[in-house]
Amino acid sequence: MHIRALGKVYEDGATVVRQGEMGDCMFVIQSGKMEVVREDEGKETRLSVLGSGDVFGEMALFDRQPRSATVRALGQARALTVDKKTFLRRVHEDPSLAFRILENMSKRIRSLDGELAQLRSSLGQPDNNRT
Amino acid sequence: MSMQLDNGSRAGVIGGGPSGSLLAYFLLLFARRIGLDLAVDIFEPRDFTKAGPVGCNMCGGVVSESLVQALAAEGINLPPEVVKRGIDSYVLHMDVGTVRIDTPRHEMRIAAVYRGAGPKGMSDTGWRSFDGYLLELAKGLGAQVINSRVDSVTWDNGRPRINVRGGFSQDYDLLGVAVGVNTAALKLFEEMGIGYKSPKTTNTYISELRWGQDLVEKHLGSSMHVFLLNIPRLEFAALIPKGEYVTLCLLGHDIDGPLIRSFLEAPPVRECFPLDWTQPEEFCHCSPRISISGAAHPFADRVVFVGDSGITRLYKDGIGAAYRTAKPAARTAIFRGVAADDFRRYFWPACRAIASDNSFGKVVFAVTRQIQQRRYARRGVLRMVSREQRARNRNPRMSMVLWDTFTGSAPYQDIFMRAIRPFFLGRLMLDVASAVVAPGKGTG
Ligand SMILES: Cc1cc2nc3c(=O)[nH]c(=O)nc-3n(C[C@H](O)[C@H](O)[C@H](O)COP(=O)(O)OP(=O)(O)OC[C@H]3O[C@@H](n4cnc5c(N)ncnc54)[C@H](O)[C@@H]3O)c2cc1C
Repeated sequence: MHIRALGKVYEDGATVVRQGEMGDCMFVIQSGKMEVVREDEGKETRLSVLGSGDVFGEMALFDRQPRSATVRALGQARALTVDKKTFLRRVHEDPSLAFRILENMSKRIRSLDGELAQLRSSLGQPDNNRT
Repeated sequence: MSMQLDNGSRAGVIGGGPSGSLLAYFLLLFARRIGLDLAVDIFEPRDFTKAGPVGCNMCGGVVSESLVQALAAEGINLPPEVVKRGIDSYVLHMDVGTVRIDTPRHEMRIAAVYRGAGPKGMSDTGWRSFDGYLLELAKGLGAQVINSRVDSVTWDNGRPRINVRGGFSQDYDLLGVAVGVNTAALKLFEEMGIGYKSPKTTNTYISELRWGQDLVEKHLGSSMHVFLLNIPRLEFAALIPKGEYVTLCLLGHDIDGPLIRSFLEAPPVRECFPLDWTQPEEFCHCSPRISISGAAHPFADRVVFVGDSGITRLYKDGIGAAYRTAKPAARTAIFRGVAADDFRRYFWPACRAIASDNSFGKVVFAVTRQIQQRRYARRGVLRMVSREQRARNRNPRMSMVLWDTFTGSAPYQDIFMRAIRPFFLGRLMLDVASAVVAPGKGTG
């Protein structure tokens, strides 16, 4: 089946993007699962598990900051890259191409909001920053 | 009469190839995003589940790197059942040698697909047609597919009316024309009194060669094989691996029998073919027409032409051009209106961008033709690419120029601008000069 699929195969545990490195593309998972982990002071925290159709690394398309987390394959997985240059050229012609990415980012912000609220309530802090 | 689409409006799309399906898909997607209740009918007589010509929109079936990426960004990921072969490289064949050029990221980013259910007699059935897949996407958003050929289009109180054989007819608030250039239906639209004139076309040739899975893997692997040969009227020739089959695709000016024969007999082509393979008596082949210019007046009040029947990209990435015209047509209709003036302001610029890029394309192909005709120039190109590939050069200028020209991955203007940079030209001159002085060295 592999010859028919698009993108690149990552074996179990293979790193697709590494936290702290600069990136010039985003990824779209074609098959399998990948985990997003954040490394802080030598400690790893899993932020999420992504599956087929999910997008990651999109922040690199818009800012020039290093990757904010590491993404690794969970079992064999396949991902397709979308180049920053190709993407931005198309977005220039057709801004609505960024809609899916915005949708994705807004979903992520929503879930972060939820997690932040939970964290605050478990720490007994009032949630006074949200609008 | 309002020139906006409102709740309850109807759009009729003639043709369910890539441009028709994508037009319907984006109309429905944008309508959904703004909460507009829109009905979309697609008229398509082909059955994309049938093997052979009845289910096929005759094409090389290469979905370009840039389109694969754009579709992925749209959330449309081509599934493995649709991709007959992922392509990660191409091999350039010339009489002076052969060189392989890999994708910059060593990744399968080009999809080789069948537009229909594949050649007649195909034994492998675990996969789907590309056009059928796009049509299903549009259906998934609510498009109705009417499996009929449109016989005539008339006007009814300023609204286009679609009539099909057997008596069905319906008025629409918007008519999307996506019939391609391989149909007699183009005449219907030339007679509608809107000034439309269909694009100029020329003959091409496609055949499906059944080598069997093992021979295809052994001889072609995951590469598209392209040929730069000194054969008059031939602009581009490629062998595209697709499972047990190979698609042979010849583009140029009025490709005919003698040209096909001189191509098949050229030594670089013969070397690519399995030694004892012979073409069976019966095999799937066709001579579809390809558009080589844009249509005149591809829009009017309530009418818009997308894909090949409007404008396409010269020789390469026609499916990409179908996407690049269908989406702005849908965006204009949903967010601006369906008057000719709306299409002129918001849709026509997308067509113009393709047309002006095609002018650069003509120059790129004229230069390629010059290289094709001069042995020392071919040697020079081969030297430059071979060195870049051997050195795994970080900036393989010639390889990328050829990659983008042959795969349709970048605008022609971009290719042209890279090719006239002094460093590029200087390097090429040096390689051509060395090829003249020492013709035997540094190739292949
Ligand atoms: C030899 C050759 C090789 C090519 N190779 C490639 C390639 O590798 N990659 C690439 O991107 N492009 C390629 N192209 C270009 C590509 O085929 C076209 O750009 C693309 O098919 C355009 O899509 P479309 O939807 O506009 O038209 P089409 O694909 O032609 O679809 C038109 C549809 O309209 C339907 N139709 C026609 N008349 C009627 C009617 N009266 N009523 C209802 N329906 C009707 C037809 O059945 C058909 O389904 C190639 C073209 C040729 C000729």
